[in-house]
Amino acid sequence: MSSVITGKVWKFGDNIDTDVIIPGRYLTIRDPIQMASHAFEPIRPNFTKEIAAGDIIVSGSNFGSGSSREEAPFVLKTVGIAAIVAPSFARIFYRNAINLGIPLLELKNAPEYFEEGDIVEINSEEGTIKNLTQNVTYQGTKLPSFLMEIINAGGAIAAIKERIKRQRGQ
Amino acid sequence: MPTIAEKIFAIHSDAPKVEPGQIVNADVDIIMMHEMLGMRVAATYEELELDSIAYPDRVVVLLDHWTPANSIDVAIVHKTTHEFVKKYKIKNWFGMTEGICHQVVPELGFVWPGALIVGTDSHTCTYGAFGALSTGIGSTDCAILLAEGKLWFKVPESFKINLNGSVPPYIMGKDIILKLAAEIGVEGANYQSLEFHGEAVKDLSIDSRMTICNMAIEVGAKAGIFEPDQRTLDWLRNRVKQDFEIIRADSDATYSNEINLEMNELEPQVAKPHSPGNSVPVGEVQGIKFDQGFIGSCTNGRMEDLRIAAKILKGKKIQKDVRLIITPASKEIYLSAMKDGLLKIFIDAGALVTHSTCGVCLGIFGTLAPGEVSLSASNRNFLGRQGSRDAQIYLASPATVAASALKGEITDPREFFTK
Repeated sequence: MSSVITGKVWKFGDNIDTDVIIPGRYLTIRDPIQMASHAFEPIRPNFTKEIAAGDIIVSGSNFGSGSSREEAPFVLKTVGIAAIVAPSFARIFYRNAINLGIPLLELKNAPEYFEEGDIVEINSEEGTIKNLTQNVTYQGTKLPSFLMEIINAGGAIAAIKERIKRQRGQ
Repeated sequence: MPTIAEKIFAIHSDAPKVEPGQIVNADVDIIMMHEMLGMRVAATYEELELDSIAYPDRVVVLLDHWTPANSIDVAIVHKTTHEFVKKYKIKNWFGMTEGICHQVVPELGFVWPGALIVGTDSHTCTYGAFGALSTGIGSTDCAILLAEGKLWFKVPESFKINLNGSVPPYIMGKDIILKLAAEIGVEGANYQSLEFHGEAVKDLSIDSRMTICNMAIEVGAKAGIFEPDQRTLDWLRNRVKQDFEIIRADSDATYSNEINLEMNELEPQVAKPHSPGNSVPVGEVQGIKFDQGFIGSCTNGRMEDLRIAAKILKGKKIQKDVRLIITPASKEIYLSAMKDGLLKIFIDAGALVTHSTCGVCLGIFGTLAPGEVSLSASNRNFLGRQGSRDAQIYLASPATVAASALKGEITDPREFFTK
C-alpha cells in the first residue's frame, strides 16, 4: 500500500464528535454504503454526495471525540476519505481509525494552513503534508513504526491475517 | 514514582515498572461487549477464520442499547450477537434482561480493584470507581483481543484531581464531573488517567463515583480512578469471587497535571448545547423551558439518583407540558426502586418509567422533534444525539432534572432543600 496520498481538503472545526460523524440510529444499517451515506448528516448533510475517493479531512483539535463506535472512521473510509490531519485526535477514534488502515497525522495549528479545496500530498510514512495549492510542506507527527505496519497492511485485521499465514508457513 | 495507572499496566504486562508513553502488550482481565459494537466484532472475528477465542471466560456479553429490538435490523443484530456467543462458547451471556452494561458488569462481579478491563463502549471508564483501570475500545481492537488474548496500550500520564472540602446537599457526582469538564475542557485530559483524591472522596457514594468516572471520557481521559476504600469493599462484597489487591498511588507519585476543585462552593451544573464541556452554574440557565426530562443511562440511573428524584417529586406533579422519562440502570435497581415505592412516586408525579436500557440517552426512544429541548441526566449532548439536529440537549444532575420537571423550566434543585 502506497504511503503517498494526494487529494482534496475538506475542513472541519474543533471537537468533531462521533454523533455528528455517524448518528447512533444509523448503526443498525447492514449495508456499508447506505450507512456511510449518513456521514456528517447533522452538520453537512450533502457531504457524502460531494466527496471523492482519496480526499482528505483537515480538522481542528480533538477529532473523533465521543463514542468508541468504529463505524465513525469506517463511514469516513467508505466514502473515500484517505487520511485525516488534525492538531489532536480523541483516543478511541485514533485507535479505531488506524485499525482500519486510515493514516492519521497530528499537526499543530493544522486548520490555519489549509483551505477547503486545497490539493494536498500526504506521505504517511514520513508524516509530511504538502499543500500543493499553496506550495508549502508541513511536518506532522510520524506514527510509530508498529502503527505504520498496520496502516501499510491495510488495517489491523489484514495485518493479523498476514501474520497468521506467515506463522503457518504459507 | 508510579501512579495507579502505571502500576496496573506494569502488573498486567509482567513488568516491574512502566513509564507514561511506553507501549505495553497487556493481559486484560475482562472484556465487555454489547450489541452496538458487538455485531461488528462478530463480523470482524469471522474474517480471522479462527476456531476459538483466546479466553472465553473473560468475555461478558449483553444487550442494552436497542432493547428489546424495535426493528428487523436490530433483531438481526441481536440474533447475530447471540449466535457469536454460542459459537465461541462464551458463558457470560446475559441477554437483555439485566440492564445497562456499565451497571450490570460491576453488579455481577466482573469488576474488582486493580483489574484491567476493556469494553466496546466509551463509558467503560465507569469501573474506575472501583479502583480498576478500565477503558473503551472499538470493534477491531476487541476482535484482536479475543484472538490474541493481549492488547497493546500506550501507558497514559496521570492527572490528579483533588476534591477538597465537602459536597453540599443536593450537589451530586454529576455536578462534580460537569464542573471538571468546564474547568479543563473536553480535551483537557486527553490520553490521561484521572485520579480522584481529596477529603471529599471518602463521603462520596459509589454511585457518585461511578457517575464521575463514567464521564472521564468526556474530558478526553483514557480512564478515571478512585482508590478503593471501605465503601468500595462493602459494595463489592458477595459480588466478586476473584481475589484482588488494592492498588494505591504512591504518596510521591508523579502526575503530569494536578487541579483542585473546591466542593464547598460547588453549585449545580448544567451543560449547555452541544458539549459536556459547555457547563455553567444552574443560575445562568435558570428559567429555560424544556420539553423532555430524562433520568437514567449508565451515568445517572442508580439508586442515589432515583432516591433524590423521588424525594423531590414525592406527592407532586410535573408541569403539564413536560415529559419526564426515568430509566433505572439495571434490573436490580429497578426491583429495589419498586420495593422502596420510588416507581410509584415517579408514576404518580406523571413520569414514564421504562425498563433498563440505554434508550433516551442516544435517542433510541424518547426521540426529540425539531425545536424541542431536553434536560438530560445522561452523559452527552452532542448535536443530534437524542433525535432531530434541530433539537437542543442540556445535561444536568438527577436532582436538577427532577426539580426542573416540576416547574417546566431549568430549576435549581436547592430550592427543594429543607433542613
